[in-house]
Amino acid sequence: MNSFTRGKWLALLCLLPFAVFFIIFQIAPLAWVMINSVQSESGWGLANFSKIFASKFYRQAIQFSLEISFWSSVFGILIAILGSYSLRNVDSRLRDFVNAFANMTSNFAGVPLAFAFIILLGFNGAITMMLKQSGLIEDFSIYSKTGVIILYTYFQIPLGVLLLYPAFDALREDWRESSALLGASSWQYWWHIGLPVMTPALLGTFVILLANALGAYATVYALTTGNFNVMTIRIAGLVAGDISLDPNLASALAVILVGLMTLVTVVHQWLLKRSYHVSR
Amino acid sequence: MSRAETGPGSLYHRLTVYVLFLILLLPLAGTLLYSIATSWSASILPSGLTFKWYIALWSDPRFLTAFGQSLLVCVGALLLSVVLILPLLFVVHYHFPRLDALMNILILLPFAVPPVVSSVGLLQLYGSGPMAMVGTPWILIGCYFTVALPFMYRAITNNLQAINLRDLMDAAQLLGANTWQAAFLVVLPNLRKGLMIALLLSFSFLFGEFVFANLLVGTRYETLQVYLNNMRNSSGHFNSALVISYFFFVLVMTWAANRLNKDKA
Repeated sequence: MNSFTRGKWLALLCLLPFAVFFIIFQIAPLAWVMINSVQSESGWGLANFSKIFASKFYRQAIQFSLEISFWSSVFGILIAILGSYSLRNVDSRLRDFVNAFANMTSNFAGVPLAFAFIILLGFNGAITMMLKQSGLIEDFSIYSKTGVIILYTYFQIPLGVLLLYPAFDALREDWRESSALLGASSWQYWWHIGLPVMTPALLGTFVILLANALGAYATVYALTTGNFNVMTIRIAGLVAGDISLDPNLASALAVILVGLMTLVTVVHQWLLKRSYHVSR
Repeated sequence: MSRAETGPGSLYHRLTVYVLFLILLLPLAGTLLYSIATSWSASILPSGLTFKWYIALWSDPRFLTAFGQSLLVCVGALLLSVVLILPLLFVVHYHFPRLDALMNILILLPFAVPPVVSSVGLLQLYGSGPMAMVGTPWILIGCYFTVALPFMYRAITNNLQAINLRDLMDAAQLLGANTWQAAFLVVLPNLRKGLMIALLLSFSFLFGEFVFANLLVGTRYETLQVYLNNMRNSSGHFNSALVISYFFFVLVMTWAANRLNKDKA
């Protein structure tokens, strides 16, 4: 019995290095942010938060963050749904190849992605010039909100395919055949069977895409050299910018960002519980 | 799925997959073409092809330094992760299986807290004082450990479950091995392949990490991504060569992981 408990103590000792590193690099910074978000020159309180919500500039940052995340997730998931459903219905060679390719492009994000888009779709980008010459577009700027949404959508697609592709396993081919035999149209099949079965996976993927876009920083920073007004850019600007450093205000903004992400996750869980078929 | 390969639906699905492939391919293909073009503006194809941008890139000492420093930081972070996570997983699964539930919550933190948020605290906590690390590669190694943690933990857990850790340990001990011998000589070799795959994939996304590198260290220990960002004002062709070189490197890593994965199955 004695050696047994000694073994347990030794085992616990093995956990110690991990705990130390995890606390130093994950828990402590987060705790610092939480504590300092409610501290300002005037002492404890919600001064930082009221400052953020009173400022048009910061409200715009929050609004832009939400808009870009929402639309890029919508477009991203739509393309991923169509793509991954079709991927299941083509021969295995094409399927494996495109799947592997999507896997690899999921690493194509951040600075390199922004550069690729600037080269192709920037003011003098090859595609921009081509489209302008052919008269298809009059004016387009990759540095605008639309441009940022296009860029974000691009990096959402591989992630969406990665997450959704296995989810289509839930759809059994014989359900489709049975419903067809019973006289359902393809549209009815999707509305009454396909969509309800897929709802949890679709919601889950959508939430992950939202969080992914809300927290994204590198892509939009590299695209606009930090001149586009979203929350992550503002947070970084307040701790590492050239002017107006205010770590406490940055902390409050960071808490709002993490709060938004948590809210999205909680709503997702709540919607999941409400959908009837999850009880299976 | 074989029955779906014929019929009118099949053409639609093939087309959709090709369009998806094209969407994903286009920015890469464009960048590749740009990187080997002498000049390219307002025409469908560039006017001439050349490798001079790659030669210029690969003979730039600043690039080579950044590349080497990126490698060092990533390898360091992965070594640290293995040293910290393997014992953790072994202890959790062998001695305290109930801790797994707690761990599954803890490893959500690196996902739920974006690097920008962590950076705010890291800059203030370790900017000065007894643990001043900001501006050195050490803070990056520590942060990258947290970035790799969720993925490594999940991947190795799946592997541990596949090899029946408890049976393996019991068998080894029955044959006279002590716990250490059983862990190092029996369990570890069985995890080798899964561990390699997890390491290769972690490497490919750590290599592309920019937020921590730029905010916490910047030019004081320039990594590849920071270098890329700082070169934004140089020629677009040069930058394309840089993007393609980076992506090619990541491609080789993911390809190797894929191959290992197939061999395993």
